[in-house]
Order: sequence, then C-alpha cells, then structure tokens
Amino acid sequence: MSERKKLSLPVLGEVDRRTAVKAGAATLGLAAWAAAIRPWFEWTAELNADEVLQKHYRELTPEQLQVILNKLTDEARKQSGKPAVVKDHKPIPGVSFAYALNLSICIGCRKCAEACHVENNHDRPSHQSYIRVFEMQKGGIDFEKGNATYDHPVPAKDKYYMPVQCQQCENPPCVKACPIEATWQESDGIVVVDYNWCIGCRYCEAACPYHARRFNWEKPQIPANEINPNQSYLSNRVRPQGVMEKCTFCLHRTREGKLPACLEACPTGARVFGNVLDPDSEIRWVLENKRVFVLKEELGTKPRFYYFFDK
Amino acid sequence: MPHAVRQFWLLTLFAALSAGCGGSAPPAADRGVSAAPGVRHPVVVRTPLGPPGVPTGTFDEKGRPVTVACATCHTTKPANADAKLGTPLIQFHQGLVGKHGILSCTSCHNPADGYASLRLADGKGVPYSQVMTLCAQCHGPQYRDYQHGAHGGMTGHWDLSQGGRSRLNCIDCHDSHTPKYPTVSPAPGPNDRFQTGGGHE
Repeated sequence: MSERKKLSLPVLGEVDRRTAVKAGAATLGLAAWAAAIRPWFEWTAELNADEVLQKHYRELTPEQLQVILNKLTDEARKQSGKPAVVKDHKPIPGVSFAYALNLSICIGCRKCAEACHVENNHDRPSHQSYIRVFEMQKGGIDFEKGNATYDHPVPAKDKYYMPVQCQQCENPPCVKACPIEATWQESDGIVVVDYNWCIGCRYCEAACPYHARRFNWEKPQIPANEINPNQSYLSNRVRPQGVMEKCTFCLHRTREGKLPACLEACPTGARVFGNVLDPDSEIRWVLENKRVFVLKEELGTKPRFYYFFDK
Repeated sequence: MPHAVRQFWLLTLFAALSAGCGGSAPPAADRGVSAAPGVRHPVVVRTPLGPPGVPTGTFDEKGRPVTVACATCHTTKPANADAKLGTPLIQFHQGLVGKHGILSCTSCHNPADGYASLRLADGKGVPYSQVMTLCAQCHGPQYRDYQHGAHGGMTGHWDLSQGGRSRLNCIDCHDSHTPKYPTVSPAPGPNDRFQTGGGHE
C-alpha cells in the first residue's frame, strides 16, 4: 500500500477533485450573481431609481409622491401625445360614496361598460371593462344562468340585466387577501390599488366574490389618441403589466365632484350616485325610499353598491 | 314661451332637487327657494325647443324636410277628434306610430291655440317646454323618482357645490307617441377567458 495512485478527473488532468468542486461552485456563484444584477444592466429610460426604490403609496412624503407623479405625467404625455396629467386625488372629508342601480330601468345596452373601457384606459384587445353586464332570467337572481356575452337586441323577452362592478365593500375580502397591503380602503369607501406596489399574485382576484378585479396580463394597449389624459395615480393611469386593477368609482372624477363615467353614459338613467352622508343626496333618497338589496349579502362583505326594482 | 316662465320652472325644479325633499314633501312648485347653504351650482333640465313642425312630405333645395306649424292647417281644418294613437292617418302625420295607452291626439295637444301648446287634463294649456308637467299627470311615480334624481339620465356633478348638472327631460328618452324605450343593439361584450373559454382574462 505504498504507492497510492493520485486520483484526478479525466478532463482536468492534474487538478484534484476538491479544486474542481471549488471551481464549479465559484462558477455557479458567479452565474447567480450575474443573473441577480441583470436588471441593472437592462436599465432603460422607463425605469429609474425612484420607481425601483419607491415606498408604499401611504408612506410617501408629499415631495416623494410629487417626484413620482411628475415622472408618470411625463410618461403619460409621451404615450398619449396629449397634455396628460397624472394627479393624486385624495378622499374628500365627510364624503362616503354609495351607488345604486335600478334594475327595472336597465336595458342591458352595455353603454356603462363601454364608457368605463374608454374612461379608465383599458386594454383594447381584451375589451376590458370594470363592468360586466349579466343577462338574467326573470324570476330570480341566479348568476349561474346569467350570460355576460349576449349579442342580440336588448332588452330581450323575459330577461333583465344586471351590471356588476366593484361593490366597494365595507368589509372587503380582497383587501384582507393581499399579502403586501397593496390594496386598501380609503376614507370615502373606495378600495384602491397601488399599482407600483402590487406584485400581481392575484390573491385578491380569487378572494373577490363579485369577480370585480382584473389582472393586466399584458401592458394595456391603447391607441395614443384614445388615451384619456385626465389620470390619477390610484385610478385610471395606464397600468403596468402584471398588476391588478379594479373599479375606483372613477375617483379621478368623483373626488372632483363629478359623476362617474358609467352613470353619465347610462341612456336610461338607471344609475344613482352620491354621498351617503349627505341627507339631501339622491342616493340617500333611494336608500330610504326604495327596496334596495345588495349582492351576496350572506357573505357579510357589506357592499356600498345597491340594486333595486321599481315594482 | 316667455323666458321668465322657463326660468321659474328650472328654479323650482332645482330647488326640489337640491333640497332632495322626502317622499311626503309637497310638489316642487310649492317649496319655493332652496334653503341649501353655500354655493350651489344649478341643475339645468333640458327643455324641448317648442311646438314641433309637421313634415309636409316635401324637401327644400338642401334636402331638409319642410315642416309647417300645426296651425297652418288646423286654423281652418278641424282635427279628427276620434283619431287615436295607432290609427293610421291618411293626410299629414303619416308615418306617425302611436303606442301610448288609449290617448288620442287632443289628450295632449291643445286645440284652443291651434296646437301650439300642450294641454293638461283639466284643460289648462302648458307650453311645450313644460312637457314634464303634462307627463307627470299620469306618470306620478316616475316624476317623483325624477325629482329625487332616481330616474332619467344626467351629466355633470354629484356635488353641486363643485359644479352644475344637466338633466334630460321625459321626451329626450321617451318618444311621446311611442314612449316605451326602444330595443337597442348592445355595445360589444367582454373578451376574456371567463366568457370566451380561452386565452387571458
């Protein structure tokens, strides 16, 4: 047992096994490090340090937020070729929004969904909208028998039409589902998403019993001349790819005192919107005088979107 | 119609709307001026332009239909009082489809002034701009809902302290002769995986 043959790997000649393992590990480590820093080499004009290192919307100082808004405004102007502005609309103190929809009047023309599509800078190819209009069989509220892709003159015989959008629940399951608090409820009742914070896990989409949330599978494609230039950080600015989005009761309009786009588009006047804390508001009259109901009340989500029939 | 009357009409409606009177509140005209504090922008209800013209069946050199006022014929020619909506008329008014209960022409059109105005059930004439008063005689629940902002299309502001509002009147949406809202073709539906069975949402 005097002369033990020195072992070596065939391809590496005189290198011993230990050295080869070390070299292999070093190579793997280098490769991993290169992959990790790759985004820094793919730096483009669309990215900047403010965005990559941006804090949560609610932790931003006014100055930091302004920097981000300026940048988003620049992007929106470049994208649309119009003097677009991305603002940050804050909730109005003493305002709590509610919406009501008269199912006796709605004829299912989808004008509301179309207005939402245009107003909120939705992806054109998927014809996305926050509103889905169900054609329902008269005699019950059974969404299993509802049809949202009807394509025939409306209203059809023995059908009624039920537009469904975000119910802006007072007890929102989507907010609870979010693992990173990228979505929350504001003081006026609107549930919003920080698109720059959302990681696109889609838990909120699964949690919503109304299927009110949408996912941006791709970067929304909108012809430049069709982009709505009045934008808001939490609302209708053109969303990045891979984030959730949802109806915000058009907060970029309603927090300026205007009516939501879906209401203005409704040709039959089936929609009523307003501040539920104002005893003289139209919405209060409806809630006090009509037999309103909410969808899936048994879930305890406490929607602030009400439906009613005239008779 | 006199401008002042129209303004009064708008003001009273505005008063009723901004005050958002309750179900048992008196009609708008009895309530007077709104007691709402602060600046309130107006709620303007669109009004019809005036008495409609009757198409003569001829066209002018620009291809527009030539219309005449009702009185052109009806000052000398008495209207057919038996004509009901839905009865085809053989002279003038042709193509006029009527499907509005058992009303006849003179239920709403006022013969007293050559049909230049409307008349209420009690015989009083009202100008065309106040057509809603006429409709409200029979359609009380709709008029009540309208006064409370729960019926009829509108644009503008929910918050009247920040801006005004424009509202449609009855005959903007309902053809007075065939008031049932027409059947329409819907806008295109969604194109997502839940509905089309494939592809992305």
